[in-house]
Amino acid sequence: MELRVAAQKKLGTFSLKMDFTIVGDRIGIFGPSGCGKSTLMGLIAGLHHPDRGLITIDGQPVFDSGERVNIPAEHRRIGMVFQRPHLFPHLSVKGNLLYGYRRCPPDQRKITLENLVDVLQIGDLLQRSVRNLSGGEQQRVAIGRAVLANPRMLVMDEPLSALDDSLKFQIIPFLKRSCEAFAIPYLFISHSLTEMRIMTDQVLIVNEGSDAGQMTAEGLARDAMGKSPDPYTNLLQLRKLRNYDGLFAYRWGDNELLISGDGQQDALYELSSTDIILFKRHPEATSARNLLQCRVGEMFAAGNRIGIVLLCGGEKLVAVIVKEAAQDLEIRNGMEVFAAIKATAFRHLG
Amino acid sequence: MGIFSESDYLAILLSMKVAVVATILSLPFGFAVAYVMTYRKFRGRVALDVVVNLPLTLPPVVIGYLLLLLLGKNGWIGMWVLEPLGIKVIFTWKAAVIATAVVGFPLMVRSIRTGMEAIDEKLIQASRTLGARWFDTVVTVILPLSFRGIIAGSILMFARGLGEFGATIILAGNIPGVTQTIPLAIYEYVSSPSGDTVAVALCVVSVTISVAVLIFHEWLGRRIVRVD
Repeated sequence: MELRVAAQKKLGTFSLKMDFTIVGDRIGIFGPSGCGKSTLMGLIAGLHHPDRGLITIDGQPVFDSGERVNIPAEHRRIGMVFQRPHLFPHLSVKGNLLYGYRRCPPDQRKITLENLVDVLQIGDLLQRSVRNLSGGEQQRVAIGRAVLANPRMLVMDEPLSALDDSLKFQIIPFLKRSCEAFAIPYLFISHSLTEMRIMTDQVLIVNEGSDAGQMTAEGLARDAMGKSPDPYTNLLQLRKLRNYDGLFAYRWGDNELLISGDGQQDALYELSSTDIILFKRHPEATSARNLLQCRVGEMFAAGNRIGIVLLCGGEKLVAVIVKEAAQDLEIRNGMEVFAAIKATAFRHLG
Repeated sequence: MGIFSESDYLAILLSMKVAVVATILSLPFGFAVAYVMTYRKFRGRVALDVVVNLPLTLPPVVIGYLLLLLLGKNGWIGMWVLEPLGIKVIFTWKAAVIATAVVGFPLMVRSIRTGMEAIDEKLIQASRTLGARWFDTVVTVILPLSFRGIIAGSILMFARGLGEFGATIILAGNIPGVTQTIPLAIYEYVSSPSGDTVAVALCVVSVTISVAVLIFHEWLGRRIVRVD
């Protein structure tokens, strides 16, 4: 998908001025609260109109003030998932899901209720009233409602920000799965770096109503690390192998990690880059339960610290050390190091 | 109740008929005006608001007189619309319906508007992004979600219609068996030396109908809450 926006909109004292082209199927829109992300989404979806400018999707204009083109929201085929589910309270779950499907021209209906129910695992909810659903179930139905309208693109306006952490990471797989299963490109808005890295590849940065550049989600995380004292967070998708003396052994690339968590089968864990201790040589003994033999793949500056990309058994890990430590270790690209990680350093995300 | 004459029974029936017809006829207009005032931004919105709410502040007699000027033989509507079509309104039960509708209209619009204003704007945006055109959105989202306001407005208007006096007596007159409603009949009995008993009996009927309407309103409200 190629999205081109060169438009302006004034809302009271706030002014939005955008001029960018972004390409990708998993696009992120990143910026602080109040920077204009949601206004931009409203312009793209057709819920608001720019004062002037041009918006095209895959070369097709949906708004062009010069040519007097303004396709109404109901004809743009851009599905929206809002911050809150906003389900129609007078309709059942099935009624909500089919609302957009029934209004989609038959020749454009590629996704059916049956396919969707399987992907989102909502078969047992269909006849229920939306008022009797939990927060997570409601958001799954909201995702399904937008997907079943068979949109050419999905806009997700901070769809996870109203959910608590545990629910958030339960919903993420459904979001990813439904977009991947039905090959729907999407725009994902968030001010959370972690969500950006999980959900998107290419990210547009928005600041004070203007576009402030593009980068990969990974680049965004490294960039943020250099600008703030917060460490880089590694995200590890793991599969449990077995229980191990009060801990849990998980497969990660060619390595096995010992983690003290809740022992879920497939799980996403985060690991702070500051929780990884590097050794130049194999330490004979350490209290950390994970000692990984790695190769230095890349080094990058992050403020007064240095980010080290470690290649371990087919996977990557980023550790952060201060410059003096890098000198002591005589770190250079391609050298072999040992990374020690405590079993308690991993945090389960979902 | 042998206390009532035939014209008294007709007055009771006519009161109900006028209130019901005025409410039913006003509903689509009330919904449309409430929709326009809630969702449309246009010049003259304040003027429309003032015109719709004017009957709330004007004395009903003034409203009746203005309607008489408008619908009478020499009035704009009377002369240019009603007369050519051969429709007679003044001093018929239809006049009572019009008077009741005009007086109760702002109450209906206010209630429906309150219902519409409570609808989350994001639901309307969601329906549009799901492919619903504006009329589709009105029918499938706004109408069902403002149902509570529509019911409240209808009942308010019906109750107001039952008690309508000033505008009705000017526009429809007080003709027993033709345009005489309960309030007009009570007025007539109170004006005669021996009419107190029937006047009190009609008051009891009036109170009974009002209580029944309010109980129905309460029951419906609870039912809607249960469904919610």
